[in-house]
Amino acid sequence: MRHFRWPLIGLLLGALSACGEEPASDSVRETGLAPDTIVSGYAFLTPETQSEQDDDFLNPANLWVDEGGKLFLSETGVSAACASCHGEGDMRLDGAATRYPTIDHASGELVNLEGRINLCRTRHQQADPLEYESEPLLSLTTYVASLSRGQAISTALSTDEQVFYEVGKTYFNTRRGQFNLSCRECHDLNWGKQLRGDTISQGHSNGFPAYRLEWQTLGSLHRRFRDCDAGIRAEPRTYGSADYLALELYLRVRAQGLPMETPAIRR
Amino acid sequence: MAAIRISAMKTAKAGEIIELKALIRHKMETGFRRGSRGEAIPRDIITHFVCLYNGEAVFEADFFPSVAANPFLIFYTRATESGTLEFRWTDQHGTVSSQTANISVES
Repeated sequence: MRHFRWPLIGLLLGALSACGEEPASDSVRETGLAPDTIVSGYAFLTPETQSEQDDDFLNPANLWVDEGGKLFLSETGVSAACASCHGEGDMRLDGAATRYPTIDHASGELVNLEGRINLCRTRHQQADPLEYESEPLLSLTTYVASLSRGQAISTALSTDEQVFYEVGKTYFNTRRGQFNLSCRECHDLNWGKQLRGDTISQGHSNGFPAYRLEWQTLGSLHRRFRDCDAGIRAEPRTYGSADYLALELYLRVRAQGLPMETPAIRR
Repeated sequence: MAAIRISAMKTAKAGEIIELKALIRHKMETGFRRGSRGEAIPRDIITHFVCLYNGEAVFEADFFPSVAANPFLIFYTRATESGTLEFRWTDQHGTVSSQTANISVES
């Protein structure tokens, strides 16, 4: 059904589409984590922080979900609100976030949820793209991601995505910075051990955008990447950079079906 | 106006003790931090919170720089009569953010 209607509403549907048109493979890929050991960052939180995340009222990240929900309903610039397309029916966004980052078929580029929202704004809403890490973009991203809460992150990888996956995997496994560490050193090989007062997590992306206690605010996954890179004294990439998008794709597959927790709380 | 989340029961029995929760989005900048160029980041905090039950203050709090961002309060009051609960935050510049909730009390 969906594919029959594709030519008719392709433009709109393409905005936040379901899986791509290529056959996608769901097979479990080999990453540095044994599949039976995979746990969410939630498992490394204190019981107090876990209960704060679980309580829908208490979780401060819901302030951004509320704000994003309002933006979703409100008209932007000269065009209709997000909800006028995505409010009901086939184009509802429940579960959409589980498939990002993915390939934008119109340009062949890899886009994450932030990128897709901005493409939607420029292509369909005649609005300016929102600045990365700006409050409106964070709010919208958090809201859209929260619609997939509890759903498994997709491990599907199309042939087009495969190239970006390899780039992300290489980024993850490459030592860099003054400390000469890769992501792998902490999050594959030493997770569960102490790094000063913290327990090293497995570095999954399933809670982002997340409210981080260290930030005292909500931030994107790329902000988290930048913190990690700065922490090992490597040069952080810019928000939305090709490296980070590819890394985000690698992490999506690496999470091997962990449920989305956005809006999560992280240390 | 700042984003606010309020939790209050819509109905209560007269004399019942009710739980009220109030969360507001605010950065609560302490004034003690410095930016990446060493410049002082000016203090920007909420200084006062009050909950008014039909105009009468039932809970008040003063906030100081050590209060974390997005301050959250849980407190209790006794349901006496139907009416309005107003939650009101005042920042150091005197800007007021508020939200109300209605409660109906059955005898």
